[in-house]
Amino acid sequence: MQSLTLESATEERGGARLRKLPRLHVKAFTGGLIVLTFILVGAFGPALAPHDPNKQELTAMMKAPQGIGAVHALGTDNLGRDIFSRVIYGTRISLLIAFAVVFVSGFIGVTLGAISGYFGGKIDFIIQKLVEVVWAFPPLLLGITIMAFLGQGLFNLILALVAQRWIPYCRVVRGQTLSLRSRDFVIAAQCLGAGNRQIITRHILPNLIQTSLVIGTFAMASSIIAEASLSFLGVGVPPEIPTWGTMLADARIYISTSWWMPLFPGLCIFITVLGINLLGDGLRDLLDPRLKRTGSGL
Amino acid sequence: MTNYFARRLAGTVPVLLLISLLVFLLIHAAPGDPTLLLLGEETNAAEVAKAKERWGLDQPLYVQYLKFLKSAAAGDFGRSFKYTEPVARVIMTRLPATIELAIFAIIIATLLAIPLGVWAGAKPNSWIDNLGTSFGLFGISMPSFWLAIMLILLLAGVLNILPTSGRSTYGIAGPEQTGFYILDSILQKNWRAVWDALTHIFLPALALGVNMLGILMRVTRSSILEVMTEDYIQTARAKGLRENRVIWRHVTRNALIPVITVVGLELGTLLSGSIIVETVFAWPGSGSLLITALNARDYPLVTGVVMTYTLAFVSINLIIDVLYAVVDPRIRY
Repeated sequence: MQSLTLESATEERGGARLRKLPRLHVKAFTGGLIVLTFILVGAFGPALAPHDPNKQELTAMMKAPQGIGAVHALGTDNLGRDIFSRVIYGTRISLLIAFAVVFVSGFIGVTLGAISGYFGGKIDFIIQKLVEVVWAFPPLLLGITIMAFLGQGLFNLILALVAQRWIPYCRVVRGQTLSLRSRDFVIAAQCLGAGNRQIITRHILPNLIQTSLVIGTFAMASSIIAEASLSFLGVGVPPEIPTWGTMLADARIYISTSWWMPLFPGLCIFITVLGINLLGDGLRDLLDPRLKRTGSGL
Repeated sequence: MTNYFARRLAGTVPVLLLISLLVFLLIHAAPGDPTLLLLGEETNAAEVAKAKERWGLDQPLYVQYLKFLKSAAAGDFGRSFKYTEPVARVIMTRLPATIELAIFAIIIATLLAIPLGVWAGAKPNSWIDNLGTSFGLFGISMPSFWLAIMLILLLAGVLNILPTSGRSTYGIAGPEQTGFYILDSILQKNWRAVWDALTHIFLPALALGVNMLGILMRVTRSSILEVMTEDYIQTARAKGLRENRVIWRHVTRNALIPVITVVGLELGTLLSGSIIVETVFAWPGSGSLLITALNARDYPLVTGVVMTYTLAFVSINLIIDVLYAVVDPRIRY
């Protein structure tokens, strides 16, 4: 009797899984497709862009969008620069910054989190204090402060964005490492004489990849928005480099006269972030249902 | 309880100290001499030295930090270079505008997100759930400042129905009492000014609240889904209660606990968001003040605003933690 109920229970769960899977795939698939499209646009930007993104054409200033196939498909800005080309180059730079931020903060966060959770004691205390202090800053404000005092530039911007983004990795990884290090396979490795370093790199880190991937999608989305916000405020990327944020900053005073100037770069941010969030939700559901991903935090 | 609160309060002191040190060091790592910037290019060494002495910039760094710390503890961040007024006073005149904006953003976000989240969570995979989930996803993916620009473009530019900058139309509002325009106008029974202030605050509050709306909707939904599987909900249904009553009385009440925490956590994001949304709408709050101060390299003012925001953020988190312990008796302190 008992085995029967057990069996039907597992069967039911399996059934629910099967019913659920296609829907999840749709989500992850759509998100992945959007993200991939933008990555390809960024990668092949120079070949796709019809114009030089910085070429000023003073005879063709503030031209409204002319439609696909025309000289300036999405119109031109206040200096006569082609918006379509700028959006393409903007994709390239915005995504490059976001990827750099995600990888650097992931590397720092996972390393510190694993060390903190594995060794515990004093080093754990110090790292966790650091986490607490950095996390006590309202998000974006730390970025603005750092950028304001270090000055504009790609390197400074990546630094300013990494400053808080390693924290979610560090926190989650620390918690997972804490539970992993008392697991049988880690103890077995210790008994066989493996060193701490070997245990962390060979036995602990591989178990952290899935979670980090989900946090990574989240960090990517927030990096894109933060980069645009900082550039918009004039403390991000130097204004001569086309990114979605600097394009929006240029558009600010022309909102009432040229709607196409703020529309297209903003739409790119929105669609990309939407795609990343869809992909992240899908990945989370597929890989690690326990991880709650609400979009809160950074 | 008191003990727990005291312990948490004491825990924030080193955090604030370290933050103040970080801000202080960042300011001094900044390229460019503020004295030169203020006095202009046409100046001589004697004037620079005099100005440095007046502002205490000639002393060693640690002395400057200790002096800064001592006066900061008393709420004194010095005199603003730009406004030549005490920093605390400048911030105090701007703070009500930001608080008012934040309160309205939270009201808009919670009023829309919680019912939608409850409804979506109560009927998983229904049309309302799909609508709500898409809405939540849109909310978290929307850059608030771009939404702000688009709202200005659409509602103000094309339809021309709402004002797009400032807090009130010139000449309508009465004298300031609290600094909260809506409250002031209600106190003065100036209904035209109340309506005027409401029309001014609506667009910025909507733009500022949109991320919180998305997040709250998602948290409410998942929290409802979780509580729905609890045994006491089965019991409530078994008692023969109507589904509506089960959802709103039994499920929602228990599901709202994590939602409170998220509202608190998101307050910090809201504060940061206000910096950029205020800039777009020319809202005269402390967020746009920060950007003005940054552009003028007004270091005392920048420090003052950053420390005010951080203090607010730290206090909010503290209050939320304590509230959480009060609401959920299972949490031991």
